[in-house]
Amino acid sequence: MMILSYDIYNIIPELFLTLSAMILLMFGAYSKNMDSKMVFKGAIGLLALTGILLLYSFNGYIGTAFSDMIKTNPFSQFLKVLILGSALGVMAISYSYAHQIKTAIFEYPVLLMLSVVGMFIMVSSNSLLSLYMGLELQSLSLYILASIRRNNALSSEAGLKYFVLGALSSGLLLFGISFIYGATGAISYDGIADFISMSLTISPGIIVGMVFMLAAIAFKISAVPFHMWAPDVYQGAPTSVTAFFATAPKIAAFGLLIQLLYGPFAQLSADWTQILYFVSAASMALGAFAGLVQSNIKRLLAYSSIGHVGYALIGLTTGLSGGLNATLTYLAIYLVMSLGMFACILKINKDEQNIESIEDYAGLSKSNPLIAYAMAIFLFSMAGIPPFAGFFGKLVIFKAAIDASLIYLAVFGVITSVVGAYYYLKIIKVMFFDEADLVLDQHKSKGSLAVISLCLLFVVFYIVSPEYLANIIQSVSSWLFVNG
Amino acid sequence: MIEFPLLSLLTFLPLIAVLFIITIQGDEKTVAKNARNAALFASMFTFGLSLFLLARFNPMSPDFQFVEQIEWFPSLGLTYKMGVDGISLFFVVLSAALTPVCIIASWKSISKRFKEYMIAFLVLESLMIGTFLALDLFLFYIFFEAVLIPMFIIIGVWGGKRRVYASYKFFLFTLLGSVLMLVGMIALYIKTGTTDIVSLIGPKSESLPYNMQIWLWLAFFASFAVKMPMWPVHTWLPDAHVEAPTAGSVILAGVLLKMGGYGFLRFSLPMFPEASEFFQPMVFGLSIIAIVYTSLVALVQDDMKKLIAYSSVAHMGYVTLGLFSMTEQGVQGGIFQMISHGVVSAALFLCVGVVYDRLHTREISRYGGLVKNMPHYAVVFMVFMLASVGLPGTSGFVGEFLVLIGTYQVSVLTTLFAATGLILGAPYMLWLYRKVVFGAQINKDAAKLKDINNKERVLLIPMAAMVIVLGVCPNLILNVTGPSVVKLISTYQLKIEKAADQPSLLDEEKTEVSPS
Repeated sequence: MMILSYDIYNIIPELFLTLSAMILLMFGAYSKNMDSKMVFKGAIGLLALTGILLLYSFNGYIGTAFSDMIKTNPFSQFLKVLILGSALGVMAISYSYAHQIKTAIFEYPVLLMLSVVGMFIMVSSNSLLSLYMGLELQSLSLYILASIRRNNALSSEAGLKYFVLGALSSGLLLFGISFIYGATGAISYDGIADFISMSLTISPGIIVGMVFMLAAIAFKISAVPFHMWAPDVYQGAPTSVTAFFATAPKIAAFGLLIQLLYGPFAQLSADWTQILYFVSAASMALGAFAGLVQSNIKRLLAYSSIGHVGYALIGLTTGLSGGLNATLTYLAIYLVMSLGMFACILKINKDEQNIESIEDYAGLSKSNPLIAYAMAIFLFSMAGIPPFAGFFGKLVIFKAAIDASLIYLAVFGVITSVVGAYYYLKIIKVMFFDEADLVLDQHKSKGSLAVISLCLLFVVFYIVSPEYLANIIQSVSSWLFVNG
Repeated sequence: MIEFPLLSLLTFLPLIAVLFIITIQGDEKTVAKNARNAALFASMFTFGLSLFLLARFNPMSPDFQFVEQIEWFPSLGLTYKMGVDGISLFFVVLSAALTPVCIIASWKSISKRFKEYMIAFLVLESLMIGTFLALDLFLFYIFFEAVLIPMFIIIGVWGGKRRVYASYKFFLFTLLGSVLMLVGMIALYIKTGTTDIVSLIGPKSESLPYNMQIWLWLAFFASFAVKMPMWPVHTWLPDAHVEAPTAGSVILAGVLLKMGGYGFLRFSLPMFPEASEFFQPMVFGLSIIAIVYTSLVALVQDDMKKLIAYSSVAHMGYVTLGLFSMTEQGVQGGIFQMISHGVVSAALFLCVGVVYDRLHTREISRYGGLVKNMPHYAVVFMVFMLASVGLPGTSGFVGEFLVLIGTYQVSVLTTLFAATGLILGAPYMLWLYRKVVFGAQINKDAAKLKDINNKERVLLIPMAAMVIVLGVCPNLILNVTGPSVVKLISTYQLKIEKAADQPSLLDEEKTEVSPS
């Protein structure tokens, strides 16, 4: 009994969130007047409470639980804070938007919360089984979220496409896991690590298993060559859901990837760095070049996110702890930038519909200067132009690459960043240089205003003290290399 | 005692004014009026502050003065470090002086989004001053590249017909150059362990192996050559100039081009001396092509701004020639040429702006005989035209003459070609002047134009006076830049000698080892 209660301490945020989701589900199902506003507000409040719980236990509850299935330490706590932060942000911007496009059904917040639970389990999993469990909980919730606009063909297509390809990647993951289990006889991270470090030669089964697992995770972070789903799903899903896709699941999958690569597969770094080298370069190239011809803002941001994943992967390609910190910094900055960007996009509506064609943004700087300027700053930041936060993300990434003598990758990265800058500039050009009369719907939404201003403050004032985030990341990532 | 942070105040004062301007509300007219008054006040104050800096600056010392240093991003080695020496001082003053000029020049000629326009210029001023004052690699880079944002918007929003194309070209050309420099900077930091420019100029960069110097030099060259701009990466400049509003051209020609030359002086030459020595013939070659080729191209232009833009490329060719000769006269001449060109080309663009505001065309053939109806205009225009040609007695002569003296000590052949530029530079300017100011009054509307008004006099007459003062007593500038230049050259020579010793040492070791 004592042991069980100690185990439970480690998953208090997850438990709390699950129970909250259940309560909201019941409330939504049984309330007579079907007022989903209450559920939305409740979800925001409960997510915020979870955040408080998380921060409260940031440095507490370190250790493993449930027979080594779950591992809690400041590293996973940090990732959870990022995930929860983006979930909160997405909920805040969804609130009025979902009502506007009439998809404000109560399942929306519940599913979002459940997917957050899945992501929490992903980042704190310490065995291949809990990993798979978390990943599936997350994915299943996301499949439904993608197709939550039931009467919209694009949305349904997005959900179905995501599901079919996602199921394929889950299959790959399980296949890889079974290889690893077959070759090492262990499913816990520590067991696999022990086996690999003790065996004199690496059996091909481990390598094959690892490659399959990497492929499945590459699918989740939408890295080339497993990116095909991203543009369609980004475009088809309701914009607020797209905002979620672009942020939280990427952090969770990266957290998983980092823990796998720097945990059980740390001995195999010579093998996986080669794979990541290719994946990273290909993602950067595709993100830059394919984005050039897009006219839909959501598709464009899908390619942009593929590019950003490529940059973030440069850090991991180094195989060093400095590179890992760079990746985490880059991800944190990327998350804030894209959340802010999507919050702006959600404000650009006409006739109760989100404007998705970039051409139709013409004249935005005249009619809604605040949104236009905020968006311009996010775009310059994404392009990596100083003095905004995105520049520092690129700076630490390229520094990590050159530190590890990956000069070619760094040069390739900066050149693709110039190519990518072209399409970010294109959006700014349409908003500022093209003249047109644009009348937007005026919906007051405190949530999105708050999200935009918070993200803007971060992006603009990051330059004042970049050391702050660097210190946090430095201290949390050191936990990755602590056993137990 | 903590010193008063004069340089930070100078850099960020325009930004504080921006915060103030953002809050201005009301109808369009009052906003425009208040915004330009506030911007003018702030930029004049900054100019005054820069003159104060000039007065307090100790011209005898070759070291950095007014240095400020604060811990900033230690895990990446970044510090916030600012300082000024003889080389950067006049660029700071030039930036601070040209911004109020731009604001006055746009008093009436800008018709839309006045508030944003003023904000863009003040942000630009802040970033330009920061670029010249930064003493940390990455701090410099942040200022240097952030300049792209306001300039992109100035060209794109307030520019001419092909403004979108021009602003893209400007942004992407310079960005490609600068990101390569960023990679170089990171590599430099990793190799030397410091981002402090002062120690990198000094002994810290001696540990760089020859091979690496070559690569780093190329990476930095990619950025500065585009900014300068040198042939063949100059093609963005004519487009940007033609499409930019008058004030945009003034800043572009007056200050932004100088960032390239300043970069060569601050980074390439002192940090990678061996590579600079190695690439000297290439830079000479490119400079000569720039001087001769763009002078010839300027001859066939029918757009006034384009003609001046090409002449800028030619003048910048002299600058690179002088800087890379690495003789005292050459470097002094290069710096002087940059300052002089900053005043002269800015004034020339203003002169174009004067007639453009009246007739809304820059086509040379649409004018003629302006001397009859615009006599005062004809006089000031002539001063700047002659300064651009390099007539003795104007500031344009001093720079070119010093550069030729400096280059002669290194390569006679190069000087021979460069000197032809003095001749080639004259015809197109004289031709421009004759077509616009003299001749018959073939165009009726041009013949009715009014002479320059008081606002334009306030701008142009002090600049004309400046051109002549600097032409008659160039020592006003040369004495201040002198000590820093002498120090730059002596450390350069020292490093080259040291490097020349080292390989022989290695050879000796080898020969010692091989018998045993």
